[in-house]
Amino acid sequence: MLRAGLLSALMLAAAPAHAFIAYVSNEKSNTVSVIDTDSWTVTKTIKVGQRPRGIEFTRDGKFVMVAVGDDDTIQMIDAKTQGIVDTLPSGPDPELFTQDAAGKTLYVANENDNTVTVIDLEKRARLGDIQVGVEPEGMTISPDGKTLINTSETTNMAHFIDTGSRQLVANVLVDARPRFAEFKHDASELWVSSEIGGTVSIIDPQKHVVIGKVTFEIPGLRKEAIQPVGIGMTKDDKTAFIALGPANRIAVVDTATRKVTKYLLVGQRVWHMAFTPDEKYLLTTNGVSNDVSVIDVAAQKVIKTIQVGELPWGITIAP
Amino acid sequence: MIRWMVGLIGLAFAATQALAADPIEIGVGYLGVAGSRSTLSLVEQPAENDGVAGAKLAIEDNNTTGKFLNQHFTLEERRIKAGEDPVQAASALAEKDGFIIVDLPADALLKVSDALRDRGTLLFNAGAIDERLREADCRANVIHSAPTRSMLADALGQYLVWKKWSRWLLVVGSHDEDKLYADALRRAATRFGAKIVQERTFEDTGGARRTDSGVTLIQRQMPVFTQQAPAYDVLVAADESEVFAAYLPYRTWDPRPVAGSAGLVPRSWDAAQDQWGATQMQNRFMKLNSRRMTALDMQAWTAVRMIGEAASRTNSGDVKKVTDFIKGPNFEIAAFKGTRLTLRDWNLQLRQPILLVDGRMVVSVSPQEGFLHQVSELDTLGYDRPESKCKLK
Repeated sequence: MLRAGLLSALMLAAAPAHAFIAYVSNEKSNTVSVIDTDSWTVTKTIKVGQRPRGIEFTRDGKFVMVAVGDDDTIQMIDAKTQGIVDTLPSGPDPELFTQDAAGKTLYVANENDNTVTVIDLEKRARLGDIQVGVEPEGMTISPDGKTLINTSETTNMAHFIDTGSRQLVANVLVDARPRFAEFKHDASELWVSSEIGGTVSIIDPQKHVVIGKVTFEIPGLRKEAIQPVGIGMTKDDKTAFIALGPANRIAVVDTATRKVTKYLLVGQRVWHMAFTPDEKYLLTTNGVSNDVSVIDVAAQKVIKTIQVGELPWGITIAP
Repeated sequence: MIRWMVGLIGLAFAATQALAADPIEIGVGYLGVAGSRSTLSLVEQPAENDGVAGAKLAIEDNNTTGKFLNQHFTLEERRIKAGEDPVQAASALAEKDGFIIVDLPADALLKVSDALRDRGTLLFNAGAIDERLREADCRANVIHSAPTRSMLADALGQYLVWKKWSRWLLVVGSHDEDKLYADALRRAATRFGAKIVQERTFEDTGGARRTDSGVTLIQRQMPVFTQQAPAYDVLVAADESEVFAAYLPYRTWDPRPVAGSAGLVPRSWDAAQDQWGATQMQNRFMKLNSRRMTALDMQAWTAVRMIGEAASRTNSGDVKKVTDFIKGPNFEIAAFKGTRLTLRDWNLQLRQPILLVDGRMVVSVSPQEGFLHQVSELDTLGYDRPESKCKLK
């Protein structure tokens, strides 16, 4: 294990691969850590607003948007200067958000008033709100851009919203406290994690029904400690990585059998993750141990741990 | 306004899906006592709507979910005065409501439970912490969202032992419920390896809880009452009757922390709880009720959410279907405590983590790390299945 880690590190040093830049939101420190994926070090720490959580690059790679919930806004970080340059009218307590393929429209989950706020990213103006269930959280958009998904944590549903009419078209009940939603790239399935339910529901996005469930079992670990949150799907849709929160592990799931093939031990209370664009690495945020784990995707091994700020929450990597 | 209209459109859509039928009405009753008890601390004086305010919020939450499933929840409240028959009020509620949240003393709850048994009404005990309601006097039509005395005492005991404050000076009030709490604390000490170095009784000799010159007198009384104790780490007070415990912190003869009914207190919920997404819930509660959320509010909220959860899972408002689902193996509820809450099937007690609070902050949450259990670590709190005397009927 150690040897494999060393080996990978050596290989890295020998052939300096394409370097990417990752941005990590630190919920407790009110900062964003900038990680260079060549040296695997934190190159800068940016002070942001209060309680930074959801974080994502704009499609053009020019800005990083970070939801600062306790300041009721989303801040824009200029990726060149790495300074805050603007804010977005997100509505109260923004947490997670998603954007359309063109990068023109942003959809924000507002936990405090059961709404999804629609923002015009070019004009940086609020276009309207969509009423959803209690405590909206997970947000994603279908590959064709036609369907927006929002999960509500206390209502326990995945809401399907037509992006054209901005109206709800279906509501699918999943297990308790749905936190995160992710489409397969071929749009054939929607995966929704239930933190308290301890499962990932697989939904047919056409029929709006749950067609399968991923369950987890780790010897020696009580069921309550397994709390799935973040989901990462490889581009070929063959493998899903699922963060299991206080179980301190990432589950590797074969999407054909919907079974876990491996559990990777990472840092404590792992929630969110991001692939490097070449999909060689997967980076995970480990809240309680204040670090980021680097997973070699092909080898399915943890190769590195990087210390960041307090309670790292979300992560995004430059396209 | 716009938001409201968008919501309406959404609702219209959901309704079309449900073939535009009238929503299924699910009635929930709330039965409590009129007037509130007097506490030593003015800031802890319960509001008149203590408990029912939590039920109201859960009804709102259920209805937000319900609009997607064509279900509508209503709440009907009744309060009985001292000496009034609880059965009459409960029966009146049961005319319309298949579910009743009950915040009554143990004997009154049992009367109601027995009177409504054949009607099929499902009761939720949101207030009474008495062990016997889950043991010898358990009932098949009563679900307990309130924790028990032993769960509270064990939660505190685990933390004190973890902190290595294992020598306790136990001070017990002279009322029956104080003695019951002391029993639970003694049991916790034995289970987790703490030692009660001495016990003292604080006699309630009557008198007002509020006076204009109270502090001077108390400042003289409390040090004297706690002097000449054997060496101890923590004073544990059992005073559910609110007679003396709140006077102890900072006034003990030896400089020692206080826990139990004052100081570090075990509770199912606290206004300071902000972990595991609880902030949203606290904000919603504040917006609706213009005050902070208490443990009783949370116990009532949880009970009403349990009904809502089962109604959405079964897609039904039928009392029998909902009841069967709640009592079944697949029931679980999320309640901002970092873990799923489930029912102990042998006595219908809701398993739950217990917060340890000091009035301003959540100090810790039990079960503590290292207290292991083969089924659920939550079962390290309170009486476990093998010890249970409950026979559900």
